[in-house]
Amino acid sequence: MFDYKTSLGQAEFSNPIFTASGCAGSGRELSQFFQLSELGAVVTKSIMLKPRSGRATPRMAETPSGMLNSIGLQGPGIDIFLEKDIPWLREQGANIVVSIAGESVDDYAVLARKLRAVSGISALEVNISCPNVENRGQVFACQPNTARAAIEAVRRNIGGELPIIAKLTPDVTSIVEIAQEVVAAGADGLALINTVLGMVIDTNTMRPKLAGKTGGLSGPAIRPVAVRAIYQVHEAMPHVKILGMGGVASGRDAFELILAGASAVSVGTATFGNPNAVMKIKEELANELISHGFDSLKEAVGYAHRAEGNLL
Amino acid sequence: MIGINKNATQIMAEIVSNKKVGAYNHIVFAVGDIASRSKPGNFVAIAVGGSNSAMVLRRAFAIYRTFDKGSSGGLLEIVVAPHGEGSTWLTNQLPGYKVDLIAPLGTAFGIPTEPVRALLVGGGYGSAPLFGLSEVLKNRGCRVDMVLGASTAMKIYAPLDGKRSVNSLTTVTEDGTTGITGKVTDVLAEIIETNEIDIIYSCGPMGMLEAINEISSKLDVMHQCAIEESMACGIGVCMTCVLPIKGDDGQIRMLRSCIDGPVVDGESVVWDSKRSIPKGTWGAH
Repeated sequence: MFDYKTSLGQAEFSNPIFTASGCAGSGRELSQFFQLSELGAVVTKSIMLKPRSGRATPRMAETPSGMLNSIGLQGPGIDIFLEKDIPWLREQGANIVVSIAGESVDDYAVLARKLRAVSGISALEVNISCPNVENRGQVFACQPNTARAAIEAVRRNIGGELPIIAKLTPDVTSIVEIAQEVVAAGADGLALINTVLGMVIDTNTMRPKLAGKTGGLSGPAIRPVAVRAIYQVHEAMPHVKILGMGGVASGRDAFELILAGASAVSVGTATFGNPNAVMKIKEELANELISHGFDSLKEAVGYAHRAEGNLL
Repeated sequence: MIGINKNATQIMAEIVSNKKVGAYNHIVFAVGDIASRSKPGNFVAIAVGGSNSAMVLRRAFAIYRTFDKGSSGGLLEIVVAPHGEGSTWLTNQLPGYKVDLIAPLGTAFGIPTEPVRALLVGGGYGSAPLFGLSEVLKNRGCRVDMVLGASTAMKIYAPLDGKRSVNSLTTVTEDGTTGITGKVTDVLAEIIETNEIDIIYSCGPMGMLEAINEISSKLDVMHQCAIEESMACGIGVCMTCVLPIKGDDGQIRMLRSCIDGPVVDGESVVWDSKRSIPKGTWGAH
């Protein structure tokens, strides 16, 4: 009997396929296509303290095997989110990972306090790496000290046993250094990777295509970057659980991230192209693991790191 | 709220026919019971490029019309302008090929309960959804006038049976190759006043919709328009296709054109907000 279960910190999940934050709306949009309870977890769109309009349009540009987005964390704010979205997701029987984003260290502290007593949440994804902010200095995960401060603020205020997963950007000199900082600050796991900062120039208008000029690159184009980041971090800290993401569009792709060291995999851009992508990938990954001779998902995590010559 | 995408299903739909009409392709898909659930104004989202394509996002097309022939024989038709790589790929697919299609999506044109005098205005292939709408309106006893505009005659989409479904058809081209020379907005005021129009339905480029709304607003005529903003998913999860829309409470919000649109009240759109978030928008920062 194949064992598909996985865990991140103390949180257990029936399978390792999650949505990616910002790629599953409130959950309601996808529930027309499949049962949300079939997912390892729904990772909600990063929520901020206050309602947020997000950035102006155009917000999107398709690129070879990917896309740029510049949404800018549009959302209703934590209070409406807790009142409307969380109870609905709970009713669906979904495993919930709440993603939070702040503009200041204090925002993260307040968000953590608002979430500490909320029941039915499996884990907290702390997004400290959204690229779609006006000031690059606001990307906490770009500097070890700011990354640490944001995660410490959550750790101090969350209390209890809710695992903290810090979401990092690959747009840094050393992602391992940032990863070590946030783990030291109290992160139980890491979400790797956020989108990669990019730009498209419209050759007709001869200006940046996105209103916000820069955007986050996602989709299969960035998968090798994700695999590299997960591999490097898992190598440095093999005991820290990783929620992997970046261009996963098939079970084979998810398997690649698992081999690099991910214990679970979020699917984002693939859902835009196919609302049933997560269900397809969940089935394909299980087949992939079984056909390679694994009895459980856990055996395959980080398997690419084994010593030379070792085959299953 | 749980009704998001409630009529939509994802299917592999076979191309039944694909014919070039002027500058466009008229493509017919076998869609089963999706046909009976689709209304004028709804759209389809189609995956392009085949499996393992470098084009990872769906393409959205307004539904031209549907034929409900029960669960086995429902047909859905679209009109495609081969603009970019994705739409060009679609126009090159032959009958028998199956595409991954999600429909029906988005809002539909509101149909008045009374028999009113309606003016339908289409720009380029934007005329497509207006013919299905025209049939529904005629069945309700409405008078339907239509104005179609494009840069040139080749880009006017007006099939013969479509023409039959309206009381009058005026065509306008910028280069004068057919009909009146100029823009659709040049002829609107006169038609609205002469025919005592109660409501305008429009579909086409955003610039045209904005210009129509200026006229409808001035003459105090209702205006429903099908807006377009580039979409990544078509089902409401990506948040890229938003527009500033003023609600009944007077609050401007960035709403998704795939869920709260494509058909919206022209008066509710904050038109002059290109590449910026209007002041006072909910959550503006």
